[in-house]
Amino acid sequence: MTRHPKILLFVALLACAALSSLAGKVSPYYYDVIIGIGINIILAASLNLINGYTGQFSLGHAGFMAVGAYSSAWLTLSFGYIFGLGTLATTTTYFLALIAGGLMAALAGLAVGIPSLRLRGDYLAIVTLGFNEIIKGVIQNAEPLGAQRGLGGMVQSTNFFWTFAFAALTVYVVLTLVHSTYGSGFLAVRDDEIAAEAMGINTTKYKVLAFVVGAFFAGVAGGLYAHFKQFIHPEGFNFLRSFDIVVMVILGGMGSTAGVCLAAVLLTILPEWLRVVDDYPWLPDWLRPITENRMILYSLLLIILMLTRPQGLFGAENLKRKSA
Amino acid sequence: MIEFLQQLINGLAQGSIYALIALGYTMVFGVLRFINFAHGDVYMLGAFAGLYTAPKLLTAFGGGPSLAGATAVLLTAMFICAIIGIVIERLCYRPLRDRPRLTVLITAIGVSLFLENTGQYAFGADPKSFPEIVVDRAIEIPESWGAFSALTITVGQLIVVGVTFLLLIALRAVVLHTRLGMAMRALSFNPLAASLMGVNTDVVISFTFGLGSALAGAAGILTSIQQPSIDPLMGVNAGLKAFVAAVLGGIGNIPGAALGGILIGLLEALVVGYINPTYRDAIVFAVLILILLLKPSGLLGTSEGEKV
Amino acid sequence: MITPLLQLDAVTMQFGGLRCISDFSFSIGDGELVGLIGPNGAGKTTVFNLITGVYRPTAGKIAFAGKSVIGHRPYRITARGIARTFQNIRLFSSLSVFENVRAACNMHLRHGISHALLRGGGFAREESEIESRIVELLGIFGLTAERDVSCRALSYGDQRRLEIVRALATRPKLLLLDEPAAGMNPTEKIELMKLIRFTQEKFGLAVLLVEHDMKVVMGICQRIGVLDYGKKIAEGTADEIRHDPKVVAAYLGKESDA
Repeated sequence: MTRHPKILLFVALLACAALSSLAGKVSPYYYDVIIGIGINIILAASLNLINGYTGQFSLGHAGFMAVGAYSSAWLTLSFGYIFGLGTLATTTTYFLALIAGGLMAALAGLAVGIPSLRLRGDYLAIVTLGFNEIIKGVIQNAEPLGAQRGLGGMVQSTNFFWTFAFAALTVYVVLTLVHSTYGSGFLAVRDDEIAAEAMGINTTKYKVLAFVVGAFFAGVAGGLYAHFKQFIHPEGFNFLRSFDIVVMVILGGMGSTAGVCLAAVLLTILPEWLRVVDDYPWLPDWLRPITENRMILYSLLLIILMLTRPQGLFGAENLKRKSA
Repeated sequence: MIEFLQQLINGLAQGSIYALIALGYTMVFGVLRFINFAHGDVYMLGAFAGLYTAPKLLTAFGGGPSLAGATAVLLTAMFICAIIGIVIERLCYRPLRDRPRLTVLITAIGVSLFLENTGQYAFGADPKSFPEIVVDRAIEIPESWGAFSALTITVGQLIVVGVTFLLLIALRAVVLHTRLGMAMRALSFNPLAASLMGVNTDVVISFTFGLGSALAGAAGILTSIQQPSIDPLMGVNAGLKAFVAAVLGGIGNIPGAALGGILIGLLEALVVGYINPTYRDAIVFAVLILILLLKPSGLLGTSEGEKV
Repeated sequence: MITPLLQLDAVTMQFGGLRCISDFSFSIGDGELVGLIGPNGAGKTTVFNLITGVYRPTAGKIAFAGKSVIGHRPYRITARGIARTFQNIRLFSSLSVFENVRAACNMHLRHGISHALLRGGGFAREESEIESRIVELLGIFGLTAERDVSCRALSYGDQRRLEIVRALATRPKLLLLDEPAAGMNPTEKIELMKLIRFTQEKFGLAVLLVEHDMKVVMGICQRIGVLDYGKKIAEGTADEIRHDPKVVAAYLGKESDA
């Protein structure tokens, strides 16, 4: 961890601004993939705080993304021009909507985190899954949010700069938090809750905080997504979306931010690459199931990963031993 | 009042299905302390096993629906599912015996998704029609029973409840009166002590998986009698509800799983009948969250503390 | 009469049908080095768990510095000034030696989340203070060279010492040591005992020591309590305990009436 994270962040933000103009020149397809990478980096890094650094197994991250997406979308659709019609005005409303979406998601994180406190491993996973479904269910029944039809018409305010600026910010927050004495609370909770309490760490605070911060950024990612695709639908935030993000965290190695970011990049590109490969006429038939249905590959990948290298690309070695 | 009874009947039939699936969750949790996420998909595979074997089996017993033919389909599906369950355990879970529980949980999710997606690829994602193995019709309740004649009870429902009852009795006999059953119970109390007493852990665990999967397979067939439309994702919803049932009854507790299954079935029926069908799934989830918060050990379970 | 630092009054702990601790009364004064011994299963670790809030007693009172600790979360009790080590080592397995101790410094942080994120001057200063403290503690216990090594790579004896360092980092007034010498050879045990005495004097702590090894306990403890089947069967100085027939019987079995 560098001695000057703030400087690095500043440099990263400058780079985003600089690259933004270049990014506008690539083809729409590649632009789509690039924005997708940025959004997935935010999702993976934020989930990593909950799952990787704090050891809470959350399977419902897409639920937080949904809260952020719908909150920010509703805000821009309802109040998009409240400050005026100019670029500065609309950019301000967009930015505020993103933050508001993140805050709403953070509230959802609080709602999920608090009851989850008493639950370990398997149960926690199921409950977070349940919350994901509940959030989806609420949206599906909410008329102002488009219910089952989805919500559309958002302005495409998301661009390269916003996506990667927030990605840089997410990484910054997670890394600075975790690499400080304050943040050692997260790691202690992950490694041994009882010992952590005995060393004066308020395990409740850290578990809830992990959920709240993680959810906040997932919500921002949701807002970015909503204002890029310009249409969102409850089914887009279901368990499978959560699972996608979980695979990134596991592949990258829980507890390694660099690893999960790399995994996010790889797994965003993978379906695209599969699509390309699927078009090759010389592809043997027995490979078709994998290229046509990427979930088969994903799930196989996951099983093989767990059997051979559970710590993922860069994760901690101690996942190989049974926990004490 | 009649309306209420009707819902109870419907709930009992559906609850039997959940009970059969829940038993698999609870038995596996009992011996391995982990939630087999992929169990609901074994239920689905049972239904599809029936789909593909029924035509041949029914023909062997004279063509067309028959009790003998149906029994053959049921037993075949149970057998196939038992094998599937044992194979999955052997390939995917046994190598992870000493790993953290989280690793196995993630693997189970992987297996579940693999089965669902491969199923969609192999069987096609659209629903299939399950062949008629028994003639499912409503039973005529004589007018002389008065108000009760307004009830609808189908042959299918009777079969489901009846077969479930028989399977539960058989299970109880196995668990309480056979050596393997006793070994299973010993393992669930204390794995180390059990293995020191000569229990072959691997065999017993395989047996447990086989037994639980067979019951899930049976559930797959029974459900197809009532709802002949099956699809590769049918295990998702049913599996989750059965899991809630197992937790409600007390995970690891066999009678609890059966009880939990019936209760969830009844709850669902009441919600559909009296509240709103769209809330059916949400309420079951809410039940899960409530139990885990208020009494995580479930109705019949005992809580285990962590040794400090 | 001054209030003892730690006071247990008629504490009883029942788990379902099993009465683990019965009517246990004990006290420790400021700066005292006290031992708690007893055969396996006597309930010694349970006493620790009761004092530190892991368990809530079925009956009785536990007071630290005059205030009850019953019903409080363990982290709050640690904040009051009680720290402990564990019978089965519970280090933070993914962290290095340094990071393990740093986790224990978390509770005394003056800065909060905003400082961890914004990293102003106050943050750097406090992190630096913490680092000095950790380095000093590691130095006392001879772990300076291993500071960035994963705690899992340490030898068993070093791991036990690390647990003590970690507990000390919480700035306790009372230190509970659960079999700190377990698994050590005689030379290491002597070293450890000297260290405990040194630490106690340097930091002005009270220490409650649970141990199996009689020589260790008799050597340094001013006062010793003896537990058997959850009941206190004796209390006194090393000499008194050594000759107490009840103690001898508990460890060796009753003499047959021949």
